[in-house]
Amino acid sequence: MPHKTFFWFFFPSGLAMVLFIGLPIFSSFFQSLHIEPEQILIEVETCDPFGCETEVQVDQEATALARAENPLGRFNGLETYKDRNHLAFGEVQEAWVSTNNFSDFMKKVLNLPFYKSLLFTLTFCFSVTPCVIVLGFIVALSVNVLAKSIKGMVIFGTILPMIVTPLIGSLVLFWMIDSQGILGATIQIIFDDPNLSLKSSKKLTWITLIIYGIWHNTPFAFVVFYAGLQTVPQDPMEAAVIDGASRAQRVRHIVLPHLYPVATFIALICLMDNFRVFEPIIGFSAEGVAQSLSWMIYKDLRNETLMLFGSAGATSMLTILGVGILLTPVLIRTWKEFKTER
Amino acid sequence: MESKVNKYSKQLIIINSIFIIFWLTISVFPFLWTLWGSLKVKADFFSRADWYYAISGFNTLIETGRNFTLNGYIESWTEGEFGRAALNTIIVTISVVSISLFLGTLGAYALSRSTYKYTFWILIAALIFRAMPHITLVSGYLFPFFQFGVWGILPTTIIVLVAINQPFTLWLLYSFFKTVPKELDESALIDGCSYFQAFRFIIMPVMWPGVITAGLFSLMLAYNDFTVTALLLNQENYTMVPKINAYLGTVEYGGNYMWAVASVVSATAPLFMIVMFFQRQLISGLTAGAVKG
Repeated sequence: MPHKTFFWFFFPSGLAMVLFIGLPIFSSFFQSLHIEPEQILIEVETCDPFGCETEVQVDQEATALARAENPLGRFNGLETYKDRNHLAFGEVQEAWVSTNNFSDFMKKVLNLPFYKSLLFTLTFCFSVTPCVIVLGFIVALSVNVLAKSIKGMVIFGTILPMIVTPLIGSLVLFWMIDSQGILGATIQIIFDDPNLSLKSSKKLTWITLIIYGIWHNTPFAFVVFYAGLQTVPQDPMEAAVIDGASRAQRVRHIVLPHLYPVATFIALICLMDNFRVFEPIIGFSAEGVAQSLSWMIYKDLRNETLMLFGSAGATSMLTILGVGILLTPVLIRTWKEFKTER
Repeated sequence: MESKVNKYSKQLIIINSIFIIFWLTISVFPFLWTLWGSLKVKADFFSRADWYYAISGFNTLIETGRNFTLNGYIESWTEGEFGRAALNTIIVTISVVSISLFLGTLGAYALSRSTYKYTFWILIAALIFRAMPHITLVSGYLFPFFQFGVWGILPTTIIVLVAINQPFTLWLLYSFFKTVPKELDESALIDGCSYFQAFRFIIMPVMWPGVITAGLFSLMLAYNDFTVTALLLNQENYTMVPKINAYLGTVEYGGNYMWAVASVVSATAPLFMIVMFFQRQLISGLTAGAVKG
């Protein structure tokens, strides 16, 4: 296809991507270098019969005017990245100096907002993904054995958790797990502890979120594995049967190696998607004990008094950096594949 | 031919059936439970005293005089203005699906038929764009959108969702176009068609399965989106998902839980029906990327 034809065919799609995916990344970066204008304070003297007092007040009008004049705020360089809510260089250094052993130091650092969110995001990613792969594989194996007549129905039932949006999915589960819901109440009765609830401890909340993540992502792994199973070559399987291999041995030595590339594909997609986790945190109202990177950005943008563009931009940049690190293996793999194709 | 590979022992079949039933319960029961609960009053569905009330409908009987009530639905659709949100969702979904398919088929066709190296780099860029968390993009939109005064309205959101959806649509349709033999459009070109005519009259007619799959994914993205719609739309223009979130927390609606429960069911039911209808295409789309590599 000539360059010119290619250009016109691709132009609309490319333009949409450049304008609404490429540019916002730069816009985020640009915002992260600025900080909101500070509130303008004035001293007001109020006099009453008992004397005069001066107090410092926020000059609402002047502040609003200053913000209207310069909505982006003033240039702040990389300061936002270094402040307490992001990389917190000062606090980390202080923690290093003031603590004697490594575990105390880590404890202090992981209490800082950014590192706390990073820890949750990574924990979530790396606990959900392996479980999803194992469970998805087991479900795919067992659905594959089913009779054809009920397969369609079972597949439909199995993929439901994937179809609903994370917010709705987590709400549906939350209403059951909540201390007043069916599961939560049952658990309270079993453990005979009327105060036991999802929100009572950080650990329980994290486990609930991770279970939700597994529930939501397994159908995807199942569907992909299931399709992969249809392509397993039959000849080696029959040869293995003749040689007396058990079912488990056949799965271990023929099916698994065949599905290995499929598993890496699922792992990477899962990691990428779970890195942006934040809707379940809202659905489970778990903001108090579990924050993710995406949730931090959401919080800055939902700030009641003033949207913190600078702070949100800085967190966005750091998140994108994280995605980049996760993505590197995929890119290398695609590059190799592309090279072998030509 | 019935080969020995597909013969299963009795124990295996039993264990397998138990596992499948267990798994189906985990994935389906929460939705059935929500449907059931949406027909009860709050005191039953979130019963402090005894969760058995949720099954017997004890308080529902006292409060409404019947075992089941449609109050949650009626109130959320009238007072809660859920109908408005549903209409917005329909507008957004239809626009996003049609625009992204239009842009996506053109772009993916070009990518699949060009032999130059830049197509590879475009696909790589699309892959990177696909990995961007949506909220990081939204944080980049908000400021310029406020400045240009285009925040809060549906068209902006539609264009943004189309763009966010493009990378995936391109990849999916690209792999579908690759399966259509090149000779087909080459012969059309020799017969004097332009590239566009070959695309429109020769290739598109055989591409419908791929287009339906891509359309289904666009539909799910637009229908399900929370990040973009919650932050880029104003309250009046909310689609269903942010509306449900609004029922839960804001002062305005007084945290009316049963509205949220009823509207979760209202929002989920149509989606499930669409997916039931198009299940085969959905699965073929999910596997398009995996089976090849």
